[in-house]
Amino acid sequence: MNEKQLNILQLYPRDMNIYGDHGNTLVLTQRAKWHGYTPNLLTYNPGDVFPNDVDIIIGGGGQDSGQDKIQADLLSIKDQLHLLADAGVPMLMICGLYQLFGKFFKTQDGHIIQGIGIIDIETHAGPERLIGNITTHNERFGDIIGYENHSGQTFLGEGARPLATVVKGAGNNGQDETEGATYKNVIGSYLHGSLLPKNPAIADYIIEKAALAKFGEFTPTVIDDRFAELAREYALKRPR
Amino acid sequence: MPKPYTILLGKTVRYIARLRGGGSALPGLFVERIDPEFVASTLAQLPKGIVLISGTNGKTTTTKMVVQLLESQGMKVFTNRTGSNFVRGVAAALLGEVDSHGKINADIAVLELDEAHAVHFVDQIKPRYSLLLNVMRDQLDRFGEIDATARMLEHIAQATTDSVVLNREDPRVSKISDTIRSATVSYFGLDEQLRAQFPSDDDMHGTTKSMTTFPDADVLLTSFKDDTATFTLDQKPVTTTLKLQGIYNIYNAAAALALVRSIVKQIDEPKLIHALAAITPAFGRGESLSVNGHPLELVLVKNPSGFRLGLQSFAPTGYATMIAINDDYADGRDMSWLWDVDFDSLQEAGVSELSGTRAYDMALRMQYDDITVSHVETNLATALRHFIAANPVAPKRIYCTYTAMMALRRELAKITDIEVIS
Repeated sequence: MNEKQLNILQLYPRDMNIYGDHGNTLVLTQRAKWHGYTPNLLTYNPGDVFPNDVDIIIGGGGQDSGQDKIQADLLSIKDQLHLLADAGVPMLMICGLYQLFGKFFKTQDGHIIQGIGIIDIETHAGPERLIGNITTHNERFGDIIGYENHSGQTFLGEGARPLATVVKGAGNNGQDETEGATYKNVIGSYLHGSLLPKNPAIADYIIEKAALAKFGEFTPTVIDDRFAELAREYALKRPR
Repeated sequence: MPKPYTILLGKTVRYIARLRGGGSALPGLFVERIDPEFVASTLAQLPKGIVLISGTNGKTTTTKMVVQLLESQGMKVFTNRTGSNFVRGVAAALLGEVDSHGKINADIAVLELDEAHAVHFVDQIKPRYSLLLNVMRDQLDRFGEIDATARMLEHIAQATTDSVVLNREDPRVSKISDTIRSATVSYFGLDEQLRAQFPSDDDMHGTTKSMTTFPDADVLLTSFKDDTATFTLDQKPVTTTLKLQGIYNIYNAAAALALVRSIVKQIDEPKLIHALAAITPAFGRGESLSVNGHPLELVLVKNPSGFRLGLQSFAPTGYATMIAINDDYADGRDMSWLWDVDFDSLQEAGVSELSGTRAYDMALRMQYDDITVSHVETNLATALRHFIAANPVAPKRIYCTYTAMMALRRELAKITDIEVIS
């Protein structure tokens, strides 16, 4: 069988699914298919058996109640996730799971929620929500366009690199002009929108990393991204 | 009693705003500024008190139903029928109804209020009755979280003095009963076999149902087919035809019936059901217009669950479909919600026209669901003309966000009869 299957694992779709995270899953599965692979979408919810053959991992944002529900479980699969991240498995973590992939989240009343420390970041509850359209820039991906909505303020440690520089909007903390963070092929970001539909370069980067690791090669297909380009163009003109 | 000059000045501003063709908010804002007590003191006169309706979806249509059902029972009802569901919208509507002494000729007020505004409202004025419809993800850029929205509804329930009517099928709403101390609680609900057609927010995202036992519902929607629905009122089945379209409107009718039953103790049931059968949808909630002799329907979509129910309620076969997505403040700026809607039902027929400030976000969404799009035009007026010209005979349906709907209505008013919303 010459079917080239890519196993895409979505973390906690039941509790961490707010703000259109389904869009990222859909874009990865569709583009993997368009590039000639057979996407196999797996889900992992609290208490499930963690699958042993995984090529891409994605996770989204949640409400505070959703984060409470998954936090203990996430700590229980910490070792598997660290091994996969160190092995170069591409991952995309948005908002809530971005925070929990970091070292900790400190709530307004000083309570510490432990993260799994894959990305060297720490997050502190902020006084106000950072909300609005946001544009950032990264050398490889160009302008990254999305929408942010978070009260946590995230600061990077020495082991993490920012995903992008803020062009318009608040970003990680509204102070140091960074947005998101990366460790190896793990990408964390606050951007919704959803992120991947309007930023197909990031989707293709994730698929490329997964394909190279599994099959040793990646030959992209040319995908008609005119709608994505026009959606980006119009999004850039919208107010914050 | 409100201050006399408030009314005189407010009515003047309202008159001027109307001459300018402006909206309902300005005179309300003006009155709020010069006399913050105006709404409270005016509404305090009503002998039967205030009814408050809130929740994410279905407020406008349900309010319209409740008003007509109460009128069928001989009550004189004041309502904020402009669809401006903020407190200043209530102030503006009151200005139109009071006489120069600030007297209002009504028995009861039925108000629809957006969750956040309802919370402020009940801190000033306690409603006697409230109806809480549902909590869905909507306007998260304003409210932050669904659980935060649920807490707002809880606050409204706690401020209600006599009776609270809750949606039994929405776990976030039915749970509110645990926190109510003084008011009596009743429920509207669905027969078990209908539940799958009305997913709650959690159901839409794969959460297994946490409720295993349900409290008894005062009004149940038992079954419906085409334009006929059967409700169970206090264990007794009642079947009627309806002019309302869309399954969500039919379920809202169960909500309205339950609320009216909690307000009116001696119900004239034949009159009640007769009035229910005659109710037409509120504007933009599946209302039907005629363009060049062919039907055109407007369906307001504001959030994933509403869009999903809209798509489920109206079969696309034989229809030309247009979707208009704006991202102004009233629509919500974040486009993420489009990715929480499943558009598979449009695959076969395709989409004729996409428009609005975020037409290309919608086009992109269609691309990833493998749906053919014939034409994209961000300008709403141009797109509407193109849509009508490209589909001269076919019945048409437009799914649109709030500000897109208001703009399309202005354009449609040039070519057909359409209720003007002031």
